[in-house]
Amino acid sequence: MKQNSMLAMILAGGRGSRLHDLTNKVAKPAVSYGGKYRIVDFPLSNCANSGIDVVGVLTQYESVLLNSYVAAGGRWGLDAKDSGVYVLPPREKADAGLDVYRGTADAISQNIDFIDSFAPEYLLILSGDHIYKMNYAKMLAFHKECKADATIAVIEVPMKEASRFGIMNTDGETDQIVEFEEKPAQPKSNLASMGIYIFNWKLLRKLLLADMKDPNSNHDFGKDIIPTLLNDGKRLFAYRFKGYWKDVGTIDSLWEANMDLLSPDNELDLSDPTWKIYTEDVSALPHYIGAEADIKNAYITQGCVIEGEVKNSVLFTGAKVGAGAKIIDSVLMPGVVVEEGAVVNRALVANDIHIGKNAVVGSADSEHIELVAKRVKGAE
Amino acid sequence: MYKAFGIVNSSSKNIWVEGLQDYRPIGAFSFLGRYRVIDFPISNMSNSGIDRIQVYVNNKPRSLVEHVGTGRHYNINSKSGKMQILFSEARARDDIYNTDIAAYIENMECIDRMHHPYVVIAPNYMVYSIDFSKLIEQHIESGADITLLYHAVDNAKEAFLSCNILELNKQKGVLSINGNHGNAKNRNIFMDTYVMKKELFVELVNKAYKISSAYTLADIVKAECAELDVRGVPHRGYFASITDFKSYYDANMQLIDIKNAQTLFDEEWPVYTRTNNSSPTHYFNTAEIKTSVVSNGCCIEGTVENSIIGRGCIIKKGAVVKNSVILAGAVIGEDVHVENYVVDKRAQITHVKEVVAQPEQPGYIKREDTL
Repeated sequence: MKQNSMLAMILAGGRGSRLHDLTNKVAKPAVSYGGKYRIVDFPLSNCANSGIDVVGVLTQYESVLLNSYVAAGGRWGLDAKDSGVYVLPPREKADAGLDVYRGTADAISQNIDFIDSFAPEYLLILSGDHIYKMNYAKMLAFHKECKADATIAVIEVPMKEASRFGIMNTDGETDQIVEFEEKPAQPKSNLASMGIYIFNWKLLRKLLLADMKDPNSNHDFGKDIIPTLLNDGKRLFAYRFKGYWKDVGTIDSLWEANMDLLSPDNELDLSDPTWKIYTEDVSALPHYIGAEADIKNAYITQGCVIEGEVKNSVLFTGAKVGAGAKIIDSVLMPGVVVEEGAVVNRALVANDIHIGKNAVVGSADSEHIELVAKRVKGAE
Repeated sequence: MYKAFGIVNSSSKNIWVEGLQDYRPIGAFSFLGRYRVIDFPISNMSNSGIDRIQVYVNNKPRSLVEHVGTGRHYNINSKSGKMQILFSEARARDDIYNTDIAAYIENMECIDRMHHPYVVIAPNYMVYSIDFSKLIEQHIESGADITLLYHAVDNAKEAFLSCNILELNKQKGVLSINGNHGNAKNRNIFMDTYVMKKELFVELVNKAYKISSAYTLADIVKAECAELDVRGVPHRGYFASITDFKSYYDANMQLIDIKNAQTLFDEEWPVYTRTNNSSPTHYFNTAEIKTSVVSNGCCIEGTVENSIIGRGCIIKKGAVVKNSVILAGAVIGEDVHVENYVVDKRAQITHVKEVVAQPEQPGYIKREDTL
């Protein structure tokens, strides 16, 4: 707060239902990624690295694990004086009953009192389920430079995919936003919204109070707040982001995001010492590699024990691969055990799943990645 | 309040590890890639419920102090618990006055302030797992004045040569404590670990200091063996004494075998350490890796066999690392062949292509050195 008078709010209430069984018991931001991380580590670490001291995390769907996970702000260094991570599920108030968050904007509206208590000048809105590294301090500098009322981070997407995104049409020269189109059939630009907004808090506060009372509103930033700002002739700017950014909405895209780490020139570069991604500290041994192991093109973390073959795969904390087992083009989430002789091909194996001796899961030529979320019995 | 407070002791003048100890005390040596030697005694105490711990440091304290820090990462209660780092006046390491007794005398104020009836003393240069709460119970039940921990070995002729040995009678009473002169293979190696009443500890420290300025705690306990009831308790499981260069290398090598590692590590008995948020390790297409233990944050493009790789090491294409211990941040350049070596932190081997020592006499590359 002291450094840049900007408070961050992370929207982390969504289920991510297209991740199927992975999000039965945990919200999408708590899903594991990249060997040792959870998705929400990315916005939280970005905040910490950008010098933001106070972060609110708006949780709703299956929030028990997520709440306790983010509440330990020390993991991201957000535990100094005047710093902290605040867990904000919907709550009952003296003047209002308990109400779920009806939309992204409503989640912020219901926490106006929380935000006011820090009296920030700027509010940063983030999504809890995107994987990327970004310096929000630079975005704030751009916001100030443009004398903007709101700034939206955008990323250039291939024109043919632009109709899948919320697209910002700008005046080209200054990147001032003239129009916002949600999933346009005929896109005029390829600048996709990343769901990252900086608002002048006073202005946003006014809009949110009006939005709360509007019976026709969806209480959504993209659908309601941004169009209102444009209609009111406010100054909205697009902040161009270059680099790795991924919204992992499906099993295929979560698998892909993990596979991206194997590319030698991957832009995410989790080993960059100047922009570390912080996560929970676990007391597991370094990984053990046996005499018969064969490892090529793999991302492996502590606690793993590998006796078999691992090709083009990502292994999470404590995953075990027995002798003669083969892991190919796959992702093994934390605690997965693949017993002797089993073969896992083009699959994403969920946390703590056992795959029995000589079992075969997934296949090399499948169209989609197989999600393995139940114990697989061994084949004799 | 727990029954005992803990003391993690530093090595005295009789112990020296060539190479590595030029830069840091043994407790701060990297161990098995991820750990430092001192993590073992502190984790043992923390897991045993001991939450007041005094860590003694003498020479080159920087890396040990940095690593131990507030002790928060050792899971010590942040309110009732406390980790104290106690310094003793910098003495040359081979100074005759460089003894544990001298360090205790200097810090007697801090020892006096401990209100626990018992003290557990463990060295920062030995690696083993033990539940001290059980050892304390055993000590109390036995009625002994002092309990000493020992490990029975059958290779005392060629190993543990800087250690003391316990002479025991049939009832495990300690008759004497002597240096291991390597003249018998079966010996009870003293693990420099003591349990006694705090009062007795303070009394022995003062007494030792009066008798001789060069006395150690082991010396005074030996001298009191006839008067006091001093008993030995055998330790089982993994035990390594990091008291010379070969023992450091061997201890690491032994733990590459996961069966040996399982005698030291237990999921219910975690070994804590300070971590630095490294990413997982990336193996490239050209990697060839067998029988090794690898920490996080490494990039491996070459061949690694029967070795321990510390955090953030880079093993380049065509490089071959065999039977070696590579400490954090080291770089093994293209086509470099390293065999039977300990490569200290952040060393870079790029220009010299053959760095090979004999297995019975492993070599050492200095910290931050460039070859």
